[in-house]
Amino acid sequence: MAILVVGEHDNAHLSDATGKTVGAAAKIGGDIDILIAGENAGAVAAEAAKVDGIRNVLHADGAVLAKQLAEPMQALIVPLMGDYDALLAPATTNGKNYLPRVAAALDVMQISEIVSVEAPDTFVRPIYAGNAMQKVRSTDKIKVITVRPTAFEAAKLSGRASVKSIAAPAGPFKSAFIGEELTRSDRPELTAAKIVISGGRGMGSGENFAMIERIADKLGAAVGASRAAVDAGFVPNDYQVGQTGKVVAPELYIAVGISGAIQHLAGMKDSKVIVAINKDEDAPIFQVADYGLVADLFKALPELEEAL
Amino acid sequence: MKVLVPVKRVIDYNIKARVKPDGSGVDLANVKMSMNPFGEIAVEEAVRLKEKGVVSEIVVVSIGPLQAQETIRTALAMGADRGILIQTEETVEPLSVAKLLRAVALEERPDIAILGKQAIDDDANQTGQMLAAMLDWPQATFASKLDIADGKAEVMREIDGGLQTISVELPAVITTDLRLNEPRYASLPNIMKAKRKPIDMKTPDDYGVALDIRLEQITVAEPPKREAGVIVDSVAALVDKLKNEAGVI
Ligand SMILES: Cc1cc2nc3c(=O)[nH]c(=O)nc-3n(C[C@H](O)[C@H](O)[C@H](O)COP(=O)(O)OP(=O)(O)OC[C@H]3O[C@@H](n4cnc5c(N)ncnc54)[C@H](O)[C@@H]3O)c2cc1C
Ligand SMILES: Nc1ncnc2c1ncn2[C@@H]1O[C@H](COP(=O)(O)O)[C@@H](O)[C@H]1O
Repeated sequence: MAILVVGEHDNAHLSDATGKTVGAAAKIGGDIDILIAGENAGAVAAEAAKVDGIRNVLHADGAVLAKQLAEPMQALIVPLMGDYDALLAPATTNGKNYLPRVAAALDVMQISEIVSVEAPDTFVRPIYAGNAMQKVRSTDKIKVITVRPTAFEAAKLSGRASVKSIAAPAGPFKSAFIGEELTRSDRPELTAAKIVISGGRGMGSGENFAMIERIADKLGAAVGASRAAVDAGFVPNDYQVGQTGKVVAPELYIAVGISGAIQHLAGMKDSKVIVAINKDEDAPIFQVADYGLVADLFKALPELEEAL
Repeated sequence: MKVLVPVKRVIDYNIKARVKPDGSGVDLANVKMSMNPFGEIAVEEAVRLKEKGVVSEIVVVSIGPLQAQETIRTALAMGADRGILIQTEETVEPLSVAKLLRAVALEERPDIAILGKQAIDDDANQTGQMLAAMLDWPQATFASKLDIADGKAEVMREIDGGLQTISVELPAVITTDLRLNEPRYASLPNIMKAKRKPIDMKTPDDYGVALDIRLEQITVAEPPKREAGVIVDSVAALVDKLKNEAGVI
């Protein structure tokens, strides 16, 4: 069995999700290579070479790969797959964008967002917003899989694999990068944070999120939100936790002014400890909370900040 | 310009899916079904493009049981022009859906296909990307803003770190994210008008696509249940529990 894992990075650092995807690959078992596709991403390739249990790092560099757009990623990966039995990428917006394209080119059904490896061809994945867990066996010759990073342990960083350069695809391609607006924050990344504190519609305004941010800073936590809070413009879209947002599983998740719709629960109910602060004692969020506080958040949050 | 909008009939998003006791799947008997919410957003976007004069015809297509006609009717009532139902009672995996949509696209020759980013039942998030690959079209997934001009679409995409804008040459596949628009409710006159709009009835055989199953479902199980927690009576009690009982702060 030979497995290719596509590394996720910003051309400077390898993401935490990559280590976890390698963790999933290790459960399948076999020789694991990491592909680093980027622009001036030599440092990332060197970092990938340290991931434990890796045979080789394949490094493709070129302007066309700078943003890992789907078309060049397809052109890069498909020809490599003659040498592999499985292809894994993290189920991030990036992986979800290019991997199904590769799967179709290989005439393979992608196995989306696995949370467990039962056998090299058998996996568990959530469906219906995580209200059901589907165990599936893939009959495809090549397994193309996205991995939910929160469900796997990251591989350690003590290895010394070698880095092989491969050519970037030539193109031309029919898509072009124009620009991006990235949310800048000194707080930990939402999907990797040990503590997450999220606000919902109950926060009332974007200004009021400052109460959450101050507590986040005291706890070293990341800040998340429900879709209602994002829709209302309180916080940027990449704060959204849920079925169609980010999936988090921190040690501690604090939900403030969030009712607990199934779509929100899908993104946080695997957290180790859940706290809910809501003034409505019947809010469904209390059904998944380890500790519930029925209170007005405008009173509870300042008290909490004080007490920490 | 012509738009193709694939819409899926799924469990209504307000309903919590229940796993059947025998582990054979999710119980959909007597459960409210609706158009996949991301499909509604796709239809809405197509209708807005038509209202702006960018688009002249909107074709919706659904693959599923006879009742998926209702889903198509909903789209027609929102403003789509005609529908195609590819009728089957079988499970159709995204790969086969994409193959059927490819066949439809080769017949219809649309300039854009707008799909939902994800169906809320299988949560696969792959059909649009697969269709793009099969047609050798560029793709812009997770769209939160779409502008069409000069044979290109400029698309703002929701990505993990924030927002990204890309430009794709037409024809292209776009998949919708939640903030692209807020779908309208169909008015009564439009619902009446939709009854007279045509729906072509087809089968997978008409397109020569075999519905093979690549992912055999072994079982469907309930997710792990969380133990019921406790209600604390003050912030002080909460902090105490988090420090001394849970040990997480
Ligand atoms: C296709 C689709 C996908 C979706 N995906 C997601 C997703 O990924 N993530 C997501 O979160 N949602 C998602 N949603 C939306 C979801 O259905 C809910 O609408 C949303 O989660 C509600 O957000 P909320 O809990 O903040 O708001 P509400 O449901 O309005 O709840 C607000 C809560 O705040 C409480 N509150 C108000 N004021 C106070 C106060 N002063 N003090 C204390 N408590 C207060 C109220 O009691 C209430 O419980 C999706 C919906 C659809 C259709
Ligand atoms: N059976 C179907 N009929 C029509 N469109 C579908 C069907 N299945 C998936 N789609 C389209 O593909 C999108 C993504 O679905 P999925 O890849 O299953 O998450 C949906 O939002 C629809 O636009």
